[in-house]
Amino acid sequence: MKNKLLILICALAAQAAWAQKTTITVAAFPAVDDIVKAALPEWQKKNPNVEVKVVGREYADHHTAMTTALATSTGLPDIMTVEYGYLGRFSQSGGLEDLDKAPYNAAELTKRIVAFAVAQGRTSTHGQTALPTDIGPGAMFYRTDVLQKAKVTESELTQSWDSFVQSGQKIKKASGAYLVAHARDVKDIVIRTGIPEGEGVYFDAQGKSVIETSPRFKKGFEMAQKIRAEGLDAKINAWSNEWGESLKRGTVTVQMMGAWLGGHLQNWLAPNTAGLWRSTVLPERVATSWGGTFYAIPKNAKNKELAWDLVKHLTLNRQQQQMAFEKFNAFPALLEAQSGPFFEQPVAFLGGQKARVEWKTTASQIKPTQVFKNDSVAEEIVNAELDLVLNKNKPIDQALKDAHRLVQRRASR
Amino acid sequence: MKLRLKPAAAPYVLISPFLLLFLVFGLFPLVFSFVLMFHMWDPVKGLGSMEFVGLDNLRFAIEDPLVWTSLGNTLWMAVASGLPQHLVAIPLAYLINEKLGPWRNAAMGAYFLPYITSTVAIAIMFSTLFSTDYGMVNAALSELSRWPLLNAVLSDKNIDWLGNPETIKPVVSAVVFWRYLGFNVILYVAAMQSIPRDLYEAARMDGAKSWQQFFFITLPQLKPIMFFGVTLTVIGGLQLFEEPFILTGGKGGPEYAGMTTAMYMYRTAFDFNDFGLASAISWMLFVIILVMTLITNRAFKSKEGQS
Repeated sequence: MKNKLLILICALAAQAAWAQKTTITVAAFPAVDDIVKAALPEWQKKNPNVEVKVVGREYADHHTAMTTALATSTGLPDIMTVEYGYLGRFSQSGGLEDLDKAPYNAAELTKRIVAFAVAQGRTSTHGQTALPTDIGPGAMFYRTDVLQKAKVTESELTQSWDSFVQSGQKIKKASGAYLVAHARDVKDIVIRTGIPEGEGVYFDAQGKSVIETSPRFKKGFEMAQKIRAEGLDAKINAWSNEWGESLKRGTVTVQMMGAWLGGHLQNWLAPNTAGLWRSTVLPERVATSWGGTFYAIPKNAKNKELAWDLVKHLTLNRQQQQMAFEKFNAFPALLEAQSGPFFEQPVAFLGGQKARVEWKTTASQIKPTQVFKNDSVAEEIVNAELDLVLNKNKPIDQALKDAHRLVQRRASR
Repeated sequence: MKLRLKPAAAPYVLISPFLLLFLVFGLFPLVFSFVLMFHMWDPVKGLGSMEFVGLDNLRFAIEDPLVWTSLGNTLWMAVASGLPQHLVAIPLAYLINEKLGPWRNAAMGAYFLPYITSTVAIAIMFSTLFSTDYGMVNAALSELSRWPLLNAVLSDKNIDWLGNPETIKPVVSAVVFWRYLGFNVILYVAAMQSIPRDLYEAARMDGAKSWQQFFFITLPQLKPIMFFGVTLTVIGGLQLFEEPFILTGGKGGPEYAGMTTAMYMYRTAFDFNDFGLASAISWMLFVIILVMTLITNRAFKSKEGQS
């Protein structure tokens, strides 16, 4: 009997000690989960009694899990990581806190973050639903050895889209290498050039499709068609085995993507090509972005106060943002983190180029674009029509008309 | 005190683990997707945002050109991968059963291996084999194209197997055929072993040759198992998902040439967040599978009636 009592007392005491520790959950995908984990020791110095559970899942699994969590309001994390591609749907769901309102009052703080990314996390109906932590300023990576062989200069690549195509022809003649991986990639940049403020890539402020009327699409389709007709694209999709192999062997000369591609090339895509790549601006100095990571707090989260404190640490702390850039290639969204010795350092993989400063300049020029719920359907439909133009010679005007009709049909549901 | 079940309750208690699992993972999703079919639902907005829209989803699905493209693709690949499965499996099973003797089990095992291998591994392996510039298929073809005679039919240009709307369906069908052939072989070998040997002995005494025995004894005796095998192939073919999903990078390939209905349904739900429409598509697919199965049933029944 005595023994039993003792055990009971011990158990109660243990429970009491346990209860003092609060646990908050962060749901993330790679490598954001590692970034959060790396940030914790510093944050926990201020919050010794808070346990942080980082739930890492693969990119698609993570967003599917978050969709389910929002749908059923169960299993919601205190901090939800959202990638740019899913931001439109999640931020218009109404399930995320408006961080501009009390007790968060983020409006004052977001002035310290790159404006275009802050705007991406804001919706007209639900306010500032997410805060950006890293961004992907667009850059053009090219093989300097291939360019030298073909006697093409960097400025020929970037001057205009026409000179870009001409350089591609020279390269093909001199080395047999393709200019780009896929003609679609070129279309994707052109349709993101010169988007009027408040508009999205595919929709205007009212959510109506602009595919048929906006000159961006016609030009994008024409450029892609030209590139295909000249045989300048390898017809391979990014992230496929073929693509990795082409980057390794130098059969694709140019890859336009977020600045983070440099890190991927160096770490696993083509480590053997160190020193052969350079980074420059996109043709016609287009400033656009690829991806980006955001943190959001679900309305039904349990520990919003602590969650907000951790989000602030992750997004507004200079050391933390720089650490994420240095260790994990996550380009800081925080303006004050975009300077310092690391930015000035030459990048060995890019032949000693001071590329980070250039990426920073690009980041400062990117204009905010609205995201919409139906962006992914629209992208899909536009790409399918482009396939028909490229493979079946479907007239561009007809393709855009059809794409507009199909997108409008979806959007008006 | 000993815990004892009443005899009357025992069966229910013993069956309850299955029943519970079935209710949660079988019946509930079924009913929920039926309900969803009549609703507009964006899941990230929570359960409260479900809005009754009647037959709107079905109407949208029927008018959606992509549903029809995907159905066309599905039928194409179901036929191209399904028919050869049986046309090859039956003679192959006959050979294995009659001629291989002690090697029979080893041969069956070899053919069955793809069936139990992970689809993801298979699809990744085949996407490497069919790679345009670095794949073994194209390497072999370009080698063959240098041979006399063959160079007239084969081009020395690399074929973009998975990037070309014309070649993507044959490639997917070939993978599916390769994968399920072994399953059908096992099925047929097992059925052949149950055919009474005296039928063959009697036929041999009457002077029937090997091919006659195959056509007049083996084939008719296989009819019930053929019905079973073909039904499974019809259902599996119409639900085709994993192989094309991985081979086309989850998007269906150029011009959606490799997108099956099951894939489109999945993408509608998880890529486009339209669960109501996805449910409508899934029930449409169910009706089509049901009709096809009934037709298969009819086809085998009527033949039985004749014989």
